[in-house]
Amino acid sequence: MKNGVNGVALGVFIFFFLAVTVLGFLAARWRRAADPLHLDEWGLGGRSFGTWVTWFLLGGDLYTAYTFVAVPAAIYSAGASGFFAVPYTIITYPLVFLFLPRLWSVSHKHGYVTSSDFIRGRFGSKSLSVAVAITGIIATMPYIALQLVGIQAVLDVMGVGGSDSTNWFVKDLPLLIAFGVLAAYTYSSGLRAPALIAFVKDALIYIVIVVAIIYIPYKLGGFDDVFSKAGAAYAVKTHGVPRGSLVSAPQAQWAYATLAMGSAMALFLYPHSVTAVLSSKSRDTIRRNTTILPLYSLMLGLLAMLGFMALAAHVGGKGYNAQLAIPQLFENMFPSWFAGVAFAAIGIGALVPAAIMSIAAANLFTRNIYRDLIRPDATPAQQTAVSKVVSLLVKVGALVFVLTMDKTVAINFQLLGGIWILQTVPAIVGGLFTRWFHRWALLAGWAAGMGYGTWKAYEQSSPAQSHFGGNSDMIPWIGEKGYIGLTAFVLNIGVAFVLTLALRALKAPAGVDETVRSDYTTESDPAPADPTVPGDPGVSPGLPEPAGA
Amino acid sequence: MPEAPPDTRPPVVTPSRVVAGLCLLVPFVALLWVNSYARLTPAFIGIPFFYWYQMAWVPVTAALTYVAYVLVRREERARKAGETR
Repeated sequence: MKNGVNGVALGVFIFFFLAVTVLGFLAARWRRAADPLHLDEWGLGGRSFGTWVTWFLLGGDLYTAYTFVAVPAAIYSAGASGFFAVPYTIITYPLVFLFLPRLWSVSHKHGYVTSSDFIRGRFGSKSLSVAVAITGIIATMPYIALQLVGIQAVLDVMGVGGSDSTNWFVKDLPLLIAFGVLAAYTYSSGLRAPALIAFVKDALIYIVIVVAIIYIPYKLGGFDDVFSKAGAAYAVKTHGVPRGSLVSAPQAQWAYATLAMGSAMALFLYPHSVTAVLSSKSRDTIRRNTTILPLYSLMLGLLAMLGFMALAAHVGGKGYNAQLAIPQLFENMFPSWFAGVAFAAIGIGALVPAAIMSIAAANLFTRNIYRDLIRPDATPAQQTAVSKVVSLLVKVGALVFVLTMDKTVAINFQLLGGIWILQTVPAIVGGLFTRWFHRWALLAGWAAGMGYGTWKAYEQSSPAQSHFGGNSDMIPWIGEKGYIGLTAFVLNIGVAFVLTLALRALKAPAGVDETVRSDYTTESDPAPADPTVPGDPGVSPGLPEPAGA
Repeated sequence: MPEAPPDTRPPVVTPSRVVAGLCLLVPFVALLWVNSYARLTPAFIGIPFFYWYQMAWVPVTAALTYVAYVLVRREERARKAGETR
């Protein structure tokens, strides 16, 4: 398959990569506000993004290179079961519609930068907010690592670096360069860099998708042929077990539905989603986005189809790394120059979320560990300085992950990341609507969910590995296989509920709530006195700083 | 003299909120009930039912969410107008 470097494709790839780099550094001057040293500026883009920028930013953020590579790869490997990503990204938006405007309002009112800030303010509990912060950071790190894996896959198919070289330095050099550039412009421009680059990324991705979904089936003889060939490939049995199926079999439907539901609930509590949401300039921006973000889900569904096409085009063979299937399909099907465009789309698609994730993790560390536990009197300027450095450290950590560990480890942690993030739902979403839950009960529920989820995930074995081999297990009392994260979440809620009843009966101190009811529905600062003016279309440079966060 | 409660909250459940809630609920029922669409036919331009049906829910959900958005926004504005009067 590999026959040296594809010069044309590589040239196109490098061209886009350089263009994006320039854009990343220029982004620092985009919509510059009065106080560039405040963490709101570097870490939230000044909380000024309107509907379209937010749309691009969230799209760039949530639909990562890993999604582009892994979802079709899952389809390629097993068929229908990989398609759960589509219902998952559909039903996530009604959820967002319900709870994120409230998070936006209360964060805007009190100057919260992270979801842990909110937890601390709502429940007056540092231990709970630190638990949520740590959960966010450890779930994000392997996610960043997977973005780098995505870049690696593209480089590998193009014939630069990757697994063929024997010299470790030559092998990893392209990745190191890509990584260094990413780190440099994130450091200097903060959230503005990925927001601006997201435009390029999405434009490229949409072009590639539209071309791929028309051109490749045309070359393969139409969708009829693609699906009948794929169906035949899934029917091939190894050790009496078929490879996959074209529709979800009855015994797999619980897993399909629980995975979709659990992932949908987790998606918007990832630190990088919260960061992107809080950077928007109004409540309405978020709601309006829930009606236009599904466009990306359509794209995801079309991308998933590429998995069948890779199968029909006979990409790969025995023991083939499924993650390479899609880049390889592009290389086989497209003329070199367009393959280069496609690779650039995947590569840049990895850089955008990696930047946002590292900023989000850095914000969590700075606000909820550094400021809350180490230096309570840190000024906004100091917080920004710490965040910038931490964003570098987080990326170095992810790089070490990719270079030293087996890749399956990163994927395992990613799987755990979803299970873990789900355990912050009771505290965050619960807290947005009610203060009935007791802070200690939430902490205990969190611990129970984390423990159960990690243990069950560890127990799963697959033909390839003896631990962390999957994300589904028998659901107690129901007796069907389902997503471990959702089972752990139910346990979490149950523990929190029972203990809250007990703690309330014992009159345990509830902690100070610094928020009031109306904080959850408040609009942007310059209150639109005239209800006929639908939000402020312009950019308000330098929003008034929230007093004493 | 009957004392007016200081925080006269508008009712939490209103007709337009119920409709908005239903709009948001429908996609969950449709998509999580996997057995209702786990079949190959009828195919659409060669794509099995299982796949095109789920993708068709993308625009449907977007439209439903938009209805909910309009309803909720209209009500919020009406409330705000009531407060400032």
